[in-house]
Amino acid sequence: MCLGIPARITGIADAAAMLADVDVHGVRRQVDVLCVAPTDAPLEDLIGSWVLVHVGFAMSRISETEARATLALLAEMGELHEELSAMQSTGETGALHAVQ
Amino acid sequence: MRFSEEFRDPALAEKLFTEIARTAEALARTRTRPITVMEVCGGHTHTIFRYGLKDRLPDTIEFAHGPGCPVCVLPMGRIDDAITLARRPEVMLTTFGDALRVPGAQGSLLQARAAGADIRMVYSPLDALELARKNPDREVVFFALGFETTAPSTALTVLRAAREGIKNFSLLCQHILIVPTLRALLEQPDFAVDGFIGPGHVAMVTGTRPYDFVATTYNRPFVVAGFEPLDILQSLLMVLRQLESGQAKVENQYARVVPPNGNPAALAAMRQVYETRADNAWRGLGNIASSGLQLRAAWSAFDAERRFPLTPHNVPDPASARCGAVLTGRIRPAECPAFGRECTPDAPLGALMVSSEGACAACYDYEGARQVA
Repeated sequence: MCLGIPARITGIADAAAMLADVDVHGVRRQVDVLCVAPTDAPLEDLIGSWVLVHVGFAMSRISETEARATLALLAEMGELHEELSAMQSTGETGALHAVQ
Repeated sequence: MRFSEEFRDPALAEKLFTEIARTAEALARTRTRPITVMEVCGGHTHTIFRYGLKDRLPDTIEFAHGPGCPVCVLPMGRIDDAITLARRPEVMLTTFGDALRVPGAQGSLLQARAAGADIRMVYSPLDALELARKNPDREVVFFALGFETTAPSTALTVLRAAREGIKNFSLLCQHILIVPTLRALLEQPDFAVDGFIGPGHVAMVTGTRPYDFVATTYNRPFVVAGFEPLDILQSLLMVLRQLESGQAKVENQYARVVPPNGNPAALAAMRQVYETRADNAWRGLGNIASSGLQLRAAWSAFDAERRFPLTPHNVPDPASARCGAVLTGRIRPAECPAFGRECTPDAPLGALMVSSEGACAACYDYEGARQVA
């Protein structure tokens, strides 16, 4: 929960609902982008940028360098796999994955 | 130099270690006890153990592993509340994976699930809301936990549910705040922490100003830090330099992510949805006034505590585990009599042993064999 995970915004899924498509280390999902939405530009301006995602919400825009360093850190800490599995198996009743 | 090759910039790591050692030595001449620096956030705790930072630092520096791991401070009574809700036939209880293993007085959510309760791990509160959309005949309750980093996400999910008119979604709200908790720690008469490594992602939401009181009222350095081992070393050096010069101020080592004013949209959502609870129990720390969040009356339709009968109760922490003493920096994890004996990551007695961000689990995972031997 504390570390978050870097993701790249690939498209706007629903501008009115503030939902964007992201790529998180090869895993695709929708995230809420209200907290990083530009105040004076269309939401599409976010496409291509990197954000730090905490529990499905983009909370901060970050540079690509920062994003890659954080992904490497998460991998070294053993948290990258856990976070990606949690994303992929969300809502299921079966296997248990820890969420950071 | 055992760990240097693990750092992204080994030369910088060496420089920081050298400078930390020099500053600590200068400080040691003026004091009789070690310099204790508390890292507030569980993410920092994990980094410190993962990279063995303590082993590379002078003996005159101690880390106190603070209360910033949300599952570690979950009181047993709240786990019991979640289990009580999950046992209702109409309820589907959803929460983050880590919360499932935390022991309550009636066992863990994982055990309740094995006994037949409908309990789902979700990655995001948005996924809990999606379960509510897909299962209109079920009451989906999201057991919401976390500090200011995740509290805005839950608030925004409630606002989204309200906009969409979703009626079968509610929260068991266990969001907590770090600022009143720091104040409570600093008010303790024997609190022997000299400075703080501040939580980077909480500050990403709150900004750095809410921590000014730590420096101005309590005269302790407070450096908001990133999560790379180099970030932690640099922040530690910034704390030591403040101590050396007799200063106390709030500094931001993680400016690449933390703006001074935080995230205005996230703060606005929190203000709109939450109010503070008069009393909030913490595992290991007892009650801390105004440290917990609950839904404002306007959102009571989304408040599981108002929709379902629950009898709030406090359950004392297990007597044999000294979680409170670890959380306040009075003892190190391995000094607890239960550490590695009755209390292990596979069978945790205290919540600090559950999450990899908990001081005891991090200590056990990276130093375990050596500590218990």
